[in-house]
Amino acid sequence: MSEHHHKETFVTKYIFSQDHKMISKQFLVTGIFMGIIGVFMSMLFRLQIAWPEKSFTIIEAFLGPHQSDGIMNPDMYLALVTIHGTIMVFFVLTAGLSGTFSNLLIPLQIGARDMASGFLNMISYWLFFLSSIVMVISLFVEAGPASAGWTIYPPLSALPQAIPGSGLGMTLWLVSMAIFIASSLIGSLNYIVTVLNLRTKGMKMTRMPLTIWAFLITAIIGVVSFPVLLSAALLLIFDRSFGTSFYLSDIFIQGEVLHYQGGSPVLFEHLFWFLGHPEVYIVILPAMGLVSEIMATNSRKPIFGYRAMIGSIMAIAFLSTIVWGHHMFISGMNPFLGSVFTFTTLLIAIPSAVKAFNWITTLWKGNLQMNPAMLFSIGFVSTFVTGGLTGLVLGDSALDINVHDTYFVVAHFHLVMGVSAIFGMFAGVYHWFPKMYGKMMNKTLGYWHFWITMIAAYGVFFPMHFIGLAGLPRRYYTNTNFPMFDDVADVNVVITLFAILGGLAQLFFLANFFISIYRGKKATQNPWNATTLEWTTPVEHIHGNWPGQIPEVHRWAYDYSKVDENGDYVHGADFVLQTTPLLEGEEDPS
Amino acid sequence: MLALFYIFIAVAIAVSVWQITRILNFRTVTATDKDNETQGKNFMIFMAAMYAMMIYCLIFMNVIMLPESASVEGEHDDNLFNITFILIGIVQFIVQFLLFYFSYKYRGKKENKALFFADSHKLELIWTLTPAVVLVLLIGYGLWQWNNVMDLSDAEDPIIIEVYSKQFQWEARYAGADNTLGRGNVNFIKGINTMGVDMSDKNAADDKKVTELHLPKGRKVIFKFRSQDVLHSAYMPHFRAQMNCVPGMVTEFGFTPKYTTEEMRQQSEVMAKTEKINKIRKAKGEEPYVFDYILLCNKICGASHYGMQMKIIVEEEAEFKKWIAEQPTLAEVIK
Repeated sequence: MSEHHHKETFVTKYIFSQDHKMISKQFLVTGIFMGIIGVFMSMLFRLQIAWPEKSFTIIEAFLGPHQSDGIMNPDMYLALVTIHGTIMVFFVLTAGLSGTFSNLLIPLQIGARDMASGFLNMISYWLFFLSSIVMVISLFVEAGPASAGWTIYPPLSALPQAIPGSGLGMTLWLVSMAIFIASSLIGSLNYIVTVLNLRTKGMKMTRMPLTIWAFLITAIIGVVSFPVLLSAALLLIFDRSFGTSFYLSDIFIQGEVLHYQGGSPVLFEHLFWFLGHPEVYIVILPAMGLVSEIMATNSRKPIFGYRAMIGSIMAIAFLSTIVWGHHMFISGMNPFLGSVFTFTTLLIAIPSAVKAFNWITTLWKGNLQMNPAMLFSIGFVSTFVTGGLTGLVLGDSALDINVHDTYFVVAHFHLVMGVSAIFGMFAGVYHWFPKMYGKMMNKTLGYWHFWITMIAAYGVFFPMHFIGLAGLPRRYYTNTNFPMFDDVADVNVVITLFAILGGLAQLFFLANFFISIYRGKKATQNPWNATTLEWTTPVEHIHGNWPGQIPEVHRWAYDYSKVDENGDYVHGADFVLQTTPLLEGEEDPS
Repeated sequence: MLALFYIFIAVAIAVSVWQITRILNFRTVTATDKDNETQGKNFMIFMAAMYAMMIYCLIFMNVIMLPESASVEGEHDDNLFNITFILIGIVQFIVQFLLFYFSYKYRGKKENKALFFADSHKLELIWTLTPAVVLVLLIGYGLWQWNNVMDLSDAEDPIIIEVYSKQFQWEARYAGADNTLGRGNVNFIKGINTMGVDMSDKNAADDKKVTELHLPKGRKVIFKFRSQDVLHSAYMPHFRAQMNCVPGMVTEFGFTPKYTTEEMRQQSEVMAKTEKINKIRKAKGEEPYVFDYILLCNKICGASHYGMQMKIIVEEEAEFKKWIAEQPTLAEVIK
């Protein structure tokens, strides 16, 4: 492939590129732009929560007809939380995270010239781009964007009479998501085929870095669950536009009885969460993979319990498809189902605990190199543990009754899958930036970025658990109607201040990222002294990744600090590339 | 003046961008031993700050949390919650300590060598089995309590109340002398019959429609929830009670009130919370707050979701009987 260099135009190189490295960068930059929108929205509604009666110029400037005198309307508040959730979960943490790193790392780390189908890969990105455009357009619809919550439960999402955002705004949301799902499925199938078929000579499954394992399993659960969301969305489109009654029944609204008979919103909830729950693992597993890899490299130690890590990824993935009901304990479904889902849900704590302890043991007696990627990886483990532990409260049906849909839930999932996954993504960007752009990012800015983000993350989400335990429901435009919540008002102010701090800290990242692309120090071939194959490719990107032959793999990905009986490094350095042949008598764990 | 301010901001941004680009060219880009030293120490400082915050929240935010359960069934919820919370608190303290302490202790130095330690089945077995055993206990207690709360089949002489939700209001209907609710459907909504009760059903005539919930202390109440338009969720936090109201179906939940509203107002946690709230309200020049049980909507249901509420009053059986006798029956109201 690399032999015949066909001439590339600007369009084939930068826009309709079929090169996985370019597509990866396209996913990343689009994800960053969507992330800016999503985070900015959270700043706006945090202002509203903290100071519900105060007028803000920034709200007046950005929300136009959806505000009066610098105070946003209740409908717009709901629209902002809805679109914030949608953008962050799907556009940033699914496409932006998995799309970027699966594309970049799968071919490079398994020793392939490119994805199995470069064309489908290009289609996958452009569908994602299209769905992003549709989602952004929906923000400018006159009646406002979708506002029924990111979970779009009908009947609220089905009836424009119930909330204005359920008109054209919701239609565009559904169109955008349908395109997004197509993009995700095409991408996932490509990842699976590539990992299974295009591994280089010697790259046994048990020699693959954990990143590749995480991407593979993520793609599999994506393929299993995303089509279910597509069908849920299609049925909702039918109910909205063609008069069917899949989800609707016995509705009286604005003085008239609607014709819908026999449907049930609970059906939608089942279909939605059959994707919705695996979705949080689609978000977190790639981050876990990236963190495992970065921790091993920067600890100069093999990842502890490589096989247990693979086993726990598989266990989490399997369990993730049979726990969706824990979002529905009080939906009116049969309480017996609640018991079953409690049992399966709490089982997930076991593989999660194994992973957390294995990461910590990886640090133990290491020689930790505190690069920004490493800091974010340590931050990832910290927030994952803090957020994950409260899952024991929420997953227990009896306890869920009283904290369901309160800020306790908001705090829990933001820490365990929001902040953690974003940390994993940042770690990945800092670590693989040299591979993407051939330049290095600045570490001082990286340190500032990490510490302020870390402080802000805990400042926002730790106290939030307690206002949830005060019984405060989420998605309230203001709490001033309830004197019993007056004492949480100052906590909300503190949370908002930390949220703004956290938002501003991302400017360090943006500046570092975009300036480094142009002005960053030129990267060396293997700046972190890592063992995996991507660091054997030239710094300058070429089609087909390796000049000449694809390298052959002789060992697993974690030969860091391997010593002989005398305590000397076996190959003269504290890392051994996967391409280095085994010495006589040298053992390989794979 | 404002223009000057904007110019100042623009200059400041320009200078910092210029400075940043300078930094980018000169610094070493991978961590040195000095960085490892600084960042390792930072993790220890962060850990201390985080522990301080956790302890502060646990102590000083206790007062804003809900008081003890006001329903008999909720007692076990509180127990289970306390056990779970203590457990996760201990794990949180230990795990975060190990993570941050190792980050500090094993910070990289040129002369150091990491230990090649790839696997230990014994260790992995320990941290698979320990959570498994603990979880079995939690799941066991949790499932027992779930069953205890959700199984309403053995309730003796319960009061049946229908809670009816619509954008953006709650209504309620007592089952009356026969303790059986008359059928309801949106097709019957007309004029004063706002809950759509089928008046041809013989059970409907003695039903009583109210806008405020009164519950007798010590007697099991079974709620039947209906919704007229979209999903709502009937959340009664003080009773540890919540159930979605789903258009097209009837859902149910039950509990036994343990303290009357008056008794609850004298409860120490409630008094502390009320005092705190009233200090805030006084500063803002608002009416003082008096504790009341409340039913609020906890499922996003539209623009005024944030205002949907109904007062709940728990009283002694005798007072309750007097109150319910005063309420007119549907047959009297809907002629």
